Amino acid sequence: MGLEIMDDVKKDYVYNLVRGGKREDGRGFLDYREIKLERGLIKKSEGSARVKIGNTEVMVGVKLELGEPFPDTPDKGVIITNAELVPLASPEFEPGPPNEDSVQLARVVDRGIRGSEAIDLSKLCIEEGEKVWIVFIDIHVLDNDGNLVDAATLGAVASLLDAHIPNERYGLDGEDRLDVRDRPVAVTMVEIGGEILVDPNYNEENAAASGLTVITNDDGTISGMQKYRSGSLEEDKILEMVEIGIEKAGEIRREFLE
Amino acid sequence: MKEEGVELIREGKRLDGRGFDELRPIKIEVGVLKRADGSCYFELGDNKVIAAVYGPREMHPRHAQDAKMAVLKYRYNMAPFSVEDRKRPGPDRRSVEISKISREALEPVILKEYYPKTEIDVYVEILQSDAGTRTAGINAASVALADAGIPMRDLVSSVAVGKIDGEVVLDLNAVEDNNGEADMPIAMIVRRNIITALQMDGRMTREEFEKGLKLAMNACRQIYELQRTALIERYSEL
Repeated sequence: MGLEIMDDVKKDYVYNLVRGGKREDGRGFLDYREIKLERGLIKKSEGSARVKIGNTEVMVGVKLELGEPFPDTPDKGVIITNAELVPLASPEFEPGPPNEDSVQLARVVDRGIRGSEAIDLSKLCIEEGEKVWIVFIDIHVLDNDGNLVDAATLGAVASLLDAHIPNERYGLDGEDRLDVRDRPVAVTMVEIGGEILVDPNYNEENAAASGLTVITNDDGTISGMQKYRSGSLEEDKILEMVEIGIEKAGEIRREFLE
Repeated sequence: MKEEGVELIREGKRLDGRGFDELRPIKIEVGVLKRADGSCYFELGDNKVIAAVYGPREMHPRHAQDAKMAVLKYRYNMAPFSVEDRKRPGPDRRSVEISKISREALEPVILKEYYPKTEIDVYVEILQSDAGTRTAGINAASVALADAGIPMRDLVSSVAVGKIDGEVVLDLNAVEDNNGEADMPIAMIVRRNIITALQMDGRMTREEFEKGLKLAMNACRQIYELQRTALIERYSEL
């Protein structure tokens, strides 16, 4: 109950700030918090990255294992994306099986990467119908101050760019570099008091009635979208968000994924 | 993923004979279940979906109650026989996500503050699936909520658009969805012209997205009329 009251107070605070043209941390509405990206921190994984967006911190690891393809795509490798909202990252996260928030996080990140066809799955086939590479993208949230999707997507793509194929471990020959053909970038926005805010922090996420993630590729095409929360969005706002999403994604790509 | 040699558009028509902006046939029946407080059977082409609403009823566990409003719950579930390869019973990651976005699509219209400390349960069962089940489910649930007498600001209408053979088309069927390039389900409050659900996967340009959004919003207007008519017919019978 105490928490709920605090939430209402914070919502009003954030809302009133936005109405006055301001944000809690002094940013402009379309500004990201400071982004930090480190690659290759986890030697045991094939690729890894730690992303910080402001106080939000996410660790992503990519592992490759040999396995069987899906019956309907016998000549293609497999991507499996998973997210854990571990209790160390927030007082609201609880141990246990994935809940709808972690499922949604993993599926939105997965959607962007899959839609972009950044990974050519046919190149991950070793023996049709029998043996393919399975690419596991595991997202570990360490500190949740909002906008996990953008941090996780950036971490996932950076990890893939960093990743190699562990042929040696399985006694195989072949190209060790994992071919990444595109760099999808997620940009998440919320609407508060009629204004679009890019990269919402935790309080802004909670104050917003609705939000939207737009994931776009090198050529500006869209490879994934997801609307959030129990509010609504007008058509014009959505189109504006798509435009902002494409622009911001370009900036992030140039700075962190070149 | 597109199979080699599958042609989805021939001479400006789709494989099932539809034009690019045409919905599949829709059938709506209101109040089809006896025990539920409200229910709706919804067909969209080969999709067969049934929705039931229970409540508002006392919420358990009590610590999950909201002192200020009702809690809306939504369960999307596919019958094992509803798809080509049997679906293992029970929730999977896909259905967890669909349940979440469907609930969020409906929440804006429900006057939850009328019923503090209660829950309203929406159960959607997919009996036969042919692409577009989440949109059929939202349409059915919206009508079932109205049938249950839940105070609502409006109905919610939902449809998907997608891209096949490079064209933006309305309401993909399973063949089109499996071989298409993009899929984008939306939900909308038609009379207020606002979007309450939006997802996209696959790949689309910004122009294609804009075209698709307009196409979907127009189709939602048609679906809204059908939902409304079904409700009026049901209640003028009584």
